[in-house]
Amino acid sequence: MTDMILEEQQTFGKPTGSNFARAMRRLLRHRSGQVGGGVVLVLVFCALAGESILPYDPLSIDPINRLKPPSAEHFFGTDELGRDLFSRILYGSRYTLMIGLVSTVIAATFGITMGLLAGGGGKWADMLIMRVVDVLLAFPYILLLLAVVAILGPSLWTAMIAVGVGGMPGYARLIRGEVLAQKDAEYVEAMRALGASHLRILFGTILPNVLPQMVIYASFTIPLAILAAAALSFLGLGAQPPIPEWGAMLVDARTFLRTAWWVVAAPGMAIFVSILGMNLFGNALRDVLDPKEMSK
Amino acid sequence: MTALLEIENLQTHFKTEGGVVRAVDGVDLKVNEGEVLGIVGESGSGKTVTALSALRLVDEPGKIVGGSIRYDGRDVLSMNKKELTQLRGDRISMIFQQPRVCLNPVISIGRQITELLKQHRDISSKEARNTAISLLNSVGIPDAEKRFSAYAHELSGGQAQRVMIAIALALKPRVLIADEPTTALDVTIQAQIIELLRELCREMGTALVLVTHDLGVVAELADRVAVMYAGQVVEETDVETLFSNPQHPYTQGLLSSMPVLGQRAERLTAIPGTVPKPSDMPPACRFAPRCKTRISLGMDICNQEPPQLLRTAKGSVRCWAIEGAS
Amino acid sequence: MANYVIRRLLMIIPIIFGILFLTFLIKALIPTDAVSALFSGTVSEDKAAEAIAQIREKYHLDLPWYRQFGIYVWDVMHLDLGESVRTRQPVIDEIGFRYVNTLILAFSALIVAIVVGLVTGMLSAYFKNTWIDVTSMSVGMMGISMPAFFLGFVLIFIFSVQLRWLPVIGRGDFQSLILPALTLGFIEAAALSRVTRSSMLDVLSREYIRTARAKGMSESYILFRHALPNAFLSILTMIGLQIGNLLGGAFIIEVIFGWHGIGELAVKAIQWRDFTITQAVILVSAGTYVFVNLIVDLLYTWVDPRISYEE
Repeated sequence: MTDMILEEQQTFGKPTGSNFARAMRRLLRHRSGQVGGGVVLVLVFCALAGESILPYDPLSIDPINRLKPPSAEHFFGTDELGRDLFSRILYGSRYTLMIGLVSTVIAATFGITMGLLAGGGGKWADMLIMRVVDVLLAFPYILLLLAVVAILGPSLWTAMIAVGVGGMPGYARLIRGEVLAQKDAEYVEAMRALGASHLRILFGTILPNVLPQMVIYASFTIPLAILAAAALSFLGLGAQPPIPEWGAMLVDARTFLRTAWWVVAAPGMAIFVSILGMNLFGNALRDVLDPKEMSK
Repeated sequence: MTALLEIENLQTHFKTEGGVVRAVDGVDLKVNEGEVLGIVGESGSGKTVTALSALRLVDEPGKIVGGSIRYDGRDVLSMNKKELTQLRGDRISMIFQQPRVCLNPVISIGRQITELLKQHRDISSKEARNTAISLLNSVGIPDAEKRFSAYAHELSGGQAQRVMIAIALALKPRVLIADEPTTALDVTIQAQIIELLRELCREMGTALVLVTHDLGVVAELADRVAVMYAGQVVEETDVETLFSNPQHPYTQGLLSSMPVLGQRAERLTAIPGTVPKPSDMPPACRFAPRCKTRISLGMDICNQEPPQLLRTAKGSVRCWAIEGAS
Repeated sequence: MANYVIRRLLMIIPIIFGILFLTFLIKALIPTDAVSALFSGTVSEDKAAEAIAQIREKYHLDLPWYRQFGIYVWDVMHLDLGESVRTRQPVIDEIGFRYVNTLILAFSALIVAIVVGLVTGMLSAYFKNTWIDVTSMSVGMMGISMPAFFLGFVLIFIFSVQLRWLPVIGRGDFQSLILPALTLGFIEAAALSRVTRSSMLDVLSREYIRTARAKGMSESYILFRHALPNAFLSILTMIGLQIGNLLGGAFIIEVIFGWHGIGELAVKAIQWRDFTITQAVILVSAGTYVFVNLIVDLLYTWVDPRISYEE
C-alpha cells in the first residue's frame, strides 16, 4: 500500500532533479554544446569583467591614431576617431547581453502572463488575448519593432522594449498551448481534487511544469532578440553613438568598406560569433532537454 | 525445375544503438511459377523484413548483409539501380499492411496507377488513363471513372487495398508479395480482399507470396507454407502436410492455438512464453526455451548446437527432435 | 472548401482593425507633439501658434481619440494616407514607387531563398549524415546566425570593393538588385533549408515512399513528385512566415545598399518624426503581409487535397 502511494506521488510531482543532472552531463559531452557554451562563457566573462580587462578606454578619442589597421598594439585596429576597436568590442559585450536579457525578460513576463490568462482564464479572456496576439503576429517582426520605436522614439531602451514587445506573442502562444495541454494532466487534476484555487494551479503548478519548454524557447529567441536590437541600432533607431553597442558601431560602416574594412569586420564578426555560439548552445540544450532524449 | 524467385541464406541485419539486430538470419525460400506461398509467423519473426528484402526495400538502419536473392536466374542483390527499378513494380510487385498510408495523400489514385504504367511501358497518357480505369474496375472499385481522381483519404481501408492491388497487378507481374494485406482491415472486408487476390493472381498466373500471421488465410489460399520463427524458417512444406502432419514443435503449437470451426475446443492452447528478444537470442535452437517437445524428451542438444534445416519428404524442417528420430 | 475560404476571409477583419489601431497609435501616442516640434525656432511665436492651431485642426489632433481613429479608418478606406508632415506631399506619392521597389527586392530575395533553401534542404535530407548534409547544415547554421547587415557588407566588400563586379550604391537597375537580393535571400534560405530538410526526412520515412519504390519509380521521380509535394506543406508555412522576414529584412537591406524602397524611407521618417509617412509605410507593409498570408493559406487548399474536407 505504501509503495503504491509513493509511486503515484511520483507521477503527480514530476520530479526533475535527477533528470536535470543527467541533462547537464549530456550537455557537457555535446560537441556543439561545448563550442557554443565556450563562446557564451567568454561573452559573459567580458560583460562582467568590466573596464579592468580593457587595454584602452573604449570612449577616448585619439585623432593621431585614426583608422589604424589591426596590430599588436590595437588587436582589431582603431576607428575613425582613433578609438581602440578591441576595447570597444569587449566593452560592447555588456550591451549585447543586457539587450538579450532585458528584452527577453520583458517578452517572457508579459507573454507568459498573457498565455496563462488566455489558457486558464476562461473563454473571453482567451478570445481577447489571442486576438491581440494575432494582431501583433500580423506584423512582420522588424516592422513591429519599428512601430514601437516610432511611438517611443529611438534609444537603447526603446530598442529593448520594442524587441520585448516583438517577442511577447510567441511566448503567449507557447504558454497558452502548454496550459491547454496540461490542464487535464493527472497532477493538475490531483491539485484540483485537493481544492487548490484556480490561480494557484495556474501560477504555482502549471507554470513550473512548462518551464523546461520556456528555457528551450528562450534559447532560440535570445539570439534573435540580440540580432533584432543590433539591427535597430544599425539603422540608428536603437543604441546611439558613442555607445559601443555592436550594431551602433556599424552605422557608418559603408563609408569605411573601401578604406578600413576592420572597422566593419570587428563589430560584424563580434555579433556573428556571439549569435553562432548562442545558437549552437541552444541546439545542444534542445537536444539534451528534449523529453524523448531524456527517457533514454 | 528452377524456382522463379529463390532466396538463399538471406541475412538482413539492423544496426541499432543496442547492437546488431539479426531480423532475418539465414532464410531460404523458393517461389515457383504461379504458386501461392504462405509465410507465417508471429510478429517479430522476421517475415515482413524477409518480404521487403526480396525487393531490396529495407530502409536504414536495416541492411542485407548476406545470402543471395535470384529472380528468374538473375542476381537481385548485384543489380544496379536501373535494373532494380525495372524489376520492381513490373516483374515483382508488393502490397502492404496499411493500405491507406501506403497511398500518397496528395496524388490522385488514378495518377498513382498511370505513373507506374508510364514508368515501365511506352504508353500514351490517354491509354494509361483507360488502362487505369479498367484496372480499378477489375479490382471492384465502383464508379471507376469518377474515382480515378479521388485521393487516399476519400477511400475506406478496403477500397485503398483494392487500389493497391490494382497498382501491384497493373503490369501482370510474375510475383506479388503481399505483406499482411488484410490485417488492418475489417473482418468482413478481409475475405473479399483475399478472394480478389486469389482470383486475380490465378487469372494472370502470378505467383503470390502471402506474408501473414493468420493460419486461416494460409489454409484457404496457400499451396506451400513456410513457418518463420525468430528470423529463421523452421518448417517449410505443402499446405496439406502442414495442417495434417506438422513436424516442428512450433508449428504444432501454432496449429493448436488456432480455433477449429465446428469443433468446440475446451481450451485453446497458447504457446507459453514469448518470441525471444534480439538482445538475448537463445544460443542454439531459438525455440528451445518455449519448446514442449524438448522438455518432454529431455534433449540437451537443443541448447548447445543450432539445428540445421533438414529435408523431409515434402519439405524441410529445422528441429533436433526430427533429426534425431530420422 | 468554400467554407474554409470564407472563414479564412472573416478572420482577417479583426486583424485589419488591429493593424489600423496600432498604426493609429503611432500618431496618437507620439510623446513630443510632432507638430510643435516641426515649427519650434523656425518662425515667430505668433505665426507658429497659428500654424500649429491650423495643423492641429487639419490632423484632427483636438478631437477625442476614438473620433480621430474613426477619421483615420475612413481616410484609409478611401486610400487617403494623408500628407507628409515634412514635405507636405501626399504620402501616396512618396511611397508609391518605393513600394514597388521594395516588392521587387523582396520578391527577388524570395526566389533566391526558395531556390537555395529547397535545393540544399532536399540534398541534405537525401544525403542525410554525409558530408553534403553536414556542410549544408553548417552553412545554414552560420546563415541563421549572420546579421543581414553584416552579410551585406561582406558581399559589398567582396564583389564591389575587391572584385569591382557590381556597384556599391544602388542605381535602381538590375545590377544594383543582385547583391541586396542575394543578401536577403541567403539569410532566409538558411531557415528554409532547415525546414525543408526536416520535413523531407519525415516524408521520406513514410509508407507511401516505400510504395513508390516498390513500384519501381526512379529515385529522382520519388524525390520530386512523391516526397516534395508532401513536404511542401510545411515548407509553404515557412515561406509564408518568411515573407514577413523578407519585408522586414528588406528595410535593413535597403539602407545598406541604398535601394530606394519604403524601408529606407521609413527609417528616415522615424528619425525625422514624420509620423504620417511612418504610419503609412508600416500600414502598407503589414497589409501586404496579411494579404500574402491569406494567399498562402488559400494555396494550402490547392496543395493538400485533404483540407477541403476538414471541418
